[in-house]
Order: sequence, then structure tokens, then C-alpha cells
Amino acid sequence: MEFTDEQVQRYSRHIILPEVGGKGQKKLLAAKVFLVGAGGLGCPVGYYLAAAGVGTLGIVDDDIVELSNLQRQIAHNTKRVGMPKVESAKKTFEALNPDVKVNAMKGRLTKDNILDIIKDYDIVVDGSDNFPTRYLVNDACVMLKKPLVSGAILRFEGQVTTLLPHDGHCYRCLFEAPPPPGLVPSCQEAGVLGVLPGVIGALEATEVLKLILGRGDVLKNTLLIYDALKASFRRVKVPRNPDCPICGAHPAITKLEDYDAGYCQLGG
Amino acid sequence: MRFFYFNGAMIRLRVNGEAVESGAASVQGLLAELGIESGRVAVEVNMEIVKKKDYAGFLLKEGDVVEIVNFVGGG
Repeated sequence: MEFTDEQVQRYSRHIILPEVGGKGQKKLLAAKVFLVGAGGLGCPVGYYLAAAGVGTLGIVDDDIVELSNLQRQIAHNTKRVGMPKVESAKKTFEALNPDVKVNAMKGRLTKDNILDIIKDYDIVVDGSDNFPTRYLVNDACVMLKKPLVSGAILRFEGQVTTLLPHDGHCYRCLFEAPPPPGLVPSCQEAGVLGVLPGVIGALEATEVLKLILGRGDVLKNTLLIYDALKASFRRVKVPRNPDCPICGAHPAITKLEDYDAGYCQLGG
Repeated sequence: MRFFYFNGAMIRLRVNGEAVESGAASVQGLLAELGIESGRVAVEVNMEIVKKKDYAGFLLKEGDVVEIVNFVGGG
């Protein structure tokens, strides 16, 4: 594939980076990345990946745009209140960069559909707003040996990590099972500083670009925790758990489950 | 944060990168001292993840490096 004149201009600041170059930019254009959620995290992740020229973005979300989303979900806007978030995100990302094809799926990931939906993507990015989905996505990515960049936010705290199945840790190596329903609040219940998903989403997008380019160090076996109030980052080394129920030597979990029982829908 | 207990030995720990003096004997005791609900966190001691069921039995000693990570699920 040769670049058009427009592409040479659009990606010129990438192409002059020795770590990216024309070769790296072609890798980005050929890459397929799946975003779980078109909310606080999905918006900046998708926005930056689209700008960077990641050629195919899949995105799933069940929600419609609400006024209360717009304090942080930057791919949506006031005129789109009531529109499915994935439709709004698709419009925004494709308007930013016509090189990007967005596969928008309005709905929820379940144990019955997730493997089929994510199997053709190179990398999965978790920006979901609830624990049942986080565990489902982790387990599916371990089963398919799919790299997963995971981000999470609440109030003033953000977390990001890169999960490389059977190489580095997985989500369950650190958090073995979902917390009891109701114990950990959602952003709807506890609030979130509007800019926080921007910080964490930009970090997630950076991890994705490095994975595609094969450059630099990703957050393998590392959880990066951001405290917006203190303006501080903390790195926590996370070893693989040899007894991990999904990626350990003798996994207890051999098929996917839905963890929805007992959880209410958490609003992002 | 500092805690003083007059009936037990104090140990010095590193918790989330900061020096903490604790009178707690176990992971469970440390979480109680810090007022942290155990269901909301994962705990690592000297780079080893402590299983929830072992919190009471996992004993802490001088110099241990403890990381307490919040469950954060929002997006």
C-alpha cells in the first residue's frame, strides 16, 4: 500500500519519528482495535486512535448519549443527546479521519457473543463501566490470547495496565473475583472528575500504539495508578499468579460466564 | 498516617510507597487500622498477591512493602 498525498500530510508528524516512520504508520492503518465502551474512556481512546490512523475500530456500547455524559465523554455533543453512543462515536471518529472504518455495535457483550465479536481484532481496549463486563472481557481475551489494555476511573483515581495473556499478568491475577455487588460505587454514584478519563484514555491509547508499533515498554506486569488530586503516578508491579483461575497452570475457569446477577447497570 | 498502640510492638512498613508505623500483625489488621474495607481492594506484600481468604493469617513483619490497590471499575 502506498500513501496518498493527503496521508503523507496527515501523518507527517508520525512519519518523521524514527520509531514510527512510514512502516509504522502502515502498521497503524492495517491495525484493528476493539473498544469496549463508548463512554468516558472509549471517547478519548477512540478519538486518539482515529487521529493516529488506526484503520479499523470496533466499538460496543448499549447506551444512548445523555446530557450528564458530556462533562467528560468528548466524542459526543449536545445535539446528539438521545443518539446511541456508538453511532455518535462513529460519526466523530470517521469525521476526524476518513481513513478509519468504525464498526459500531449497539448492545452488550455477553458470554455467548464476545468471542465471535473480538476474534478478528488485534487488540482489545477496556473502557467499560462495570465489573461483570471487565471480568468477561479479561476471560475472553485470555482464552483468545488477545492483548488487552485495561483502564478504569472513579472520582479522582485512574488505573491503567496492559494485559498480555500467558506472558504477563491478567486482570484476575490481581483481582481474582468481582467485588460484592454494591461495595464499589460507579461514577454515577460517586462522581468522576471530567478530565480524568482523558488522562487515562490517552494512556490507554498510547499503550495500544506501542503494541501495534512494537516500540517501547508497555505496562506488562504493571498497574499504573494516577491520583489527580495529588498529581502523582504510582507504579505497582503485579506478578502473574500461578494459581490464577483463568491464566494459571490449572485454570478453574474453562468457559465464559456472565456475572450480571446481583449487579445493577452501572452508569458510566 | 501514624498509629500508636501501647500494648503491642510497632513495625515499620512501606504502604503504597509511604512509610507507615503499624501495630497490626496481619494484612487484615493493617486494613482495619487504615479503615479500609477489605472487599474493595487487592493487597500485595513484597510483590506477592495475598488471597482474600489469607488476610487474617498473612503476618506482617518489619520492612514489608505493602501495596493496597482499589477496585476501580468506572469507565
